[in-house]
Amino acid sequence: MNKKLLSGPYILWMIGFTIIPLALIVFYGLTDKSGAFTLANVLSISTPEHIKALWLSLGLSFVSTIICLVLAYPLAMILRNRNVGSGSFIVFIFILPMWMNFLLRTLAWQTLLEKAGVINGILGMLHLPKQNLINTPGAIVLGMVYNFLPFMVLPIYNVLCKIDDNTINAARDLGANFFQTLLWVWFPLSVPGIISGITMVFVPALTTFVISNLLGGSKILLIGNVIEQEFTKGSNWNMGSGLSLVLMIFILISMALIAKYDKNGEGSGF
Amino acid sequence: MKKKVLAVSLTSLTACSALLLSGCGGNAAGSSSADNGGNRSGSNELYVYNWGEYIDEDVIDQFEEETGIKVIYDMFETNEEMYPVIEAGGVNYDVVCPSDYMIQKMRENDLLAEINFDNVPNLDQIDPTYLEMSKSFDPENKYSVPYTWGTVGILYNTKKLEELGMDVPTKWSDLWDERLDGEILMQDSVRDAFMVALKKDGYSMNSDNEDELQQAKQNLIDQKPLVQAYVIDQVRDKMIGGEAAISVIYSGEMLYIQNEVKDLSLDYDLKYVIPEEGTNLWIDSWVIPKNAKNKENAEKWIDFLCRPEIAKQNFDYITYSTPNKGAFDLLDEEIQNNKALFPDIDSLKDSEVFEYLGDEVDAVYNELWKEVKSN
Amino acid sequence: MKNSKWNLRRIWQDFYLVIIMIFLYAPIATMVVLSFNSSKSRTQWGGFTLRWYTEMFASRNIMDALQNTLLIAFLSALIAVIIGTAASIAINSMKPVPRTILMGITNIPMLNADIVTGISLMLAFIAFGISLGFQTVLIAHITFNIPYVILSVMPKLKQTSRFTYEAALDLGASPLRAFFKVVFPDILPGVLSGFLLAFTMSLDDFIITHFTRGAGINTLSTLIYSEVRRGIKPSMYALSTVIFATVLILLIISNFAPHKKAEQ
Repeated sequence: MNKKLLSGPYILWMIGFTIIPLALIVFYGLTDKSGAFTLANVLSISTPEHIKALWLSLGLSFVSTIICLVLAYPLAMILRNRNVGSGSFIVFIFILPMWMNFLLRTLAWQTLLEKAGVINGILGMLHLPKQNLINTPGAIVLGMVYNFLPFMVLPIYNVLCKIDDNTINAARDLGANFFQTLLWVWFPLSVPGIISGITMVFVPALTTFVISNLLGGSKILLIGNVIEQEFTKGSNWNMGSGLSLVLMIFILISMALIAKYDKNGEGSGF
Repeated sequence: MKKKVLAVSLTSLTACSALLLSGCGGNAAGSSSADNGGNRSGSNELYVYNWGEYIDEDVIDQFEEETGIKVIYDMFETNEEMYPVIEAGGVNYDVVCPSDYMIQKMRENDLLAEINFDNVPNLDQIDPTYLEMSKSFDPENKYSVPYTWGTVGILYNTKKLEELGMDVPTKWSDLWDERLDGEILMQDSVRDAFMVALKKDGYSMNSDNEDELQQAKQNLIDQKPLVQAYVIDQVRDKMIGGEAAISVIYSGEMLYIQNEVKDLSLDYDLKYVIPEEGTNLWIDSWVIPKNAKNKENAEKWIDFLCRPEIAKQNFDYITYSTPNKGAFDLLDEEIQNNKALFPDIDSLKDSEVFEYLGDEVDAVYNELWKEVKSN
Repeated sequence: MKNSKWNLRRIWQDFYLVIIMIFLYAPIATMVVLSFNSSKSRTQWGGFTLRWYTEMFASRNIMDALQNTLLIAFLSALIAVIIGTAASIAINSMKPVPRTILMGITNIPMLNADIVTGISLMLAFIAFGISLGFQTVLIAHITFNIPYVILSVMPKLKQTSRFTYEAALDLGASPLRAFFKVVFPDILPGVLSGFLLAFTMSLDDFIITHFTRGAGINTLSTLIYSEVRRGIKPSMYALSTVIFATVLILLIISNFAPHKKAEQ
């Protein structure tokens, strides 16, 4: 009995700073400025500019997620194979950049990509024509991949580490070649890691406004930018909240995906 | 979500936690004790909300030293960003420095307190011309004290334009020249962007006419492929760094830019021109929000900044034209005659001051701007 | 034959690792190099200088932000550990239904998008009339930190046997004493990693801080954001280098330390 009281502060805290705040978003999202009920804010997602921003966000985060997956899977496999017994220093090397401040990492790419930036400087030295690299969708995808790649590597790596070597050897002994093992043994066993990796890259990529601001020159409007601007500039908090609700639907979908494929929390390492 | 992954990385490294912990914990503890001994002195405070790079930090120190008031200084990027913060009252700022139309909006929405001018004796240092100009947004001069003023114009890189085979720009419509592909920096704030697009076609920048606004929106959309980026404060450094050929910029940045071009001995020059069609004549003024908690301190602050020596020192740092005639008299003749900084007001006959157009028109502007951005 | 194929594969693997490493480290290396460049230009080397470092350490803004960042990270992690550990013990002894509900709530801040968490907290603070500033950032950080503590402590709690605790009680220890003598040592690794996680989360957060910060309070993240929006200053490169070096050194020390222990 006594023990349950220990959860008191926690429950109060979560009600005050998680449940009520979310309820406020729902309230703002479903009312207009005078406080009357309306669905207009949520439905405003279907206006052309919001739809465009949403599609662009979905598109760019989809592409980034795929690139992350394609880059991360071999990396995780190699790391897993190397790591046996040799300590995890090499894994350190691949997650170290993640410990740097997120904004500094993005700043680094701005430095590289700008018109008078490092890459164009090198191109200039080689007498090659300068490229328009920054403020393009490509730059944003690059920023997303760079920032979120470790979030794909780690869960996959964690799952792969749990695969028993004997399983792989058994497949080999039964005559499976590399690709067959990959397709029929590695992949199916690493699905939980892949799924959690995908959601961990996709959700922050979908909702970012920082990367598109810094690497997109404010020319490219993602749904995160729309929401941020409704709160910080447009002072239409109701519409901002309504759009946040739409965003939450996408997050719920990914949560459901995790719950379905990652029942034991394998991908998360806990 | 991303945090969950960081969690993953950490749990796989739990072995090292104790060491890392002692390292970080030590740091934090040290800083916390420094904090207690340090700067949170108590009630005698002043919350200032100003534009970025819009004051000489030494001036703040001098003010603190002289009055014993602790200044909590914070910055915003655009008027539009400042407004919801004041309106929501999440933070009670004591003194804010918005532009003309935003002051009007705040006044009409009853967010401003009347300034007690008995506490601002240095007001007589402000050139009456600017108080007269201020009447367009503060009819009785009750709520605001001018801090800086200026124009908006085109800044261009002489060498880059030459390379592109272009003449010196003279009109806003020169910003629609197709040769400027990826070479334009536009202002990332709704009213400034629409000002350019409206003025280009000879409309008032305070237009609330649906057709004119639609046309302006279309102009901006047409221009977008040529635009390298929509920026605010970055425009200065980007132009100095040779990132773009042409940009829309506030006149106040000019002196800094010219000095920097000289210091860095660049092989190009940056020049400023006020377009023929007329431009935005603006004033940024100090106001006191209604929910200010330290109103008298705010008045002391305004009075302090109106002192000629202080205004001059501030001008030397931020290089935005000062409406302070005492400070103006202290300046070198060369700067006094710098027409980019101190144009003859009479020559700006087609220029206007922004007006607040009401919440509904504001919403239309925002909507159209979003359409431009999402295109 | 098989051996050479294996070697070839190994070379390909090494090649791949190197490519990814270049991708990960080239931007950081660039910033390190530029932080010593006396020319402001990013394409010309103007000679070696430490000017940006002195500028950085002399900057009141950067130093204040650093202090805020560390203080908030430390306090929020500490408070989250206290609340979270207590909650874990309670949740662990609960019946399945309330337990599932509480764990579900625990997951919300972790799975929600940062932008939504940040906005919702901002709305709540304004609705509660809490003035935005240091305290709101701290509350926000505690909020998103607690779940990490719970998720680190829970697995350890599940591993501890309740019989040892009960045995201690039977032997006459007070519940508090029994807890600190018997249970706490067992879950300590979980508590520590929870603290560390929370500390790191707090250091790295930008978005939630962006929405919940108030006058004159900047963390490194919000400061960098506003600086970058104003134009990149070389002192930012100096800051990156210092942060990177700190992280690198801490990780190297911590990576090699356990080996030493094992040798002893």
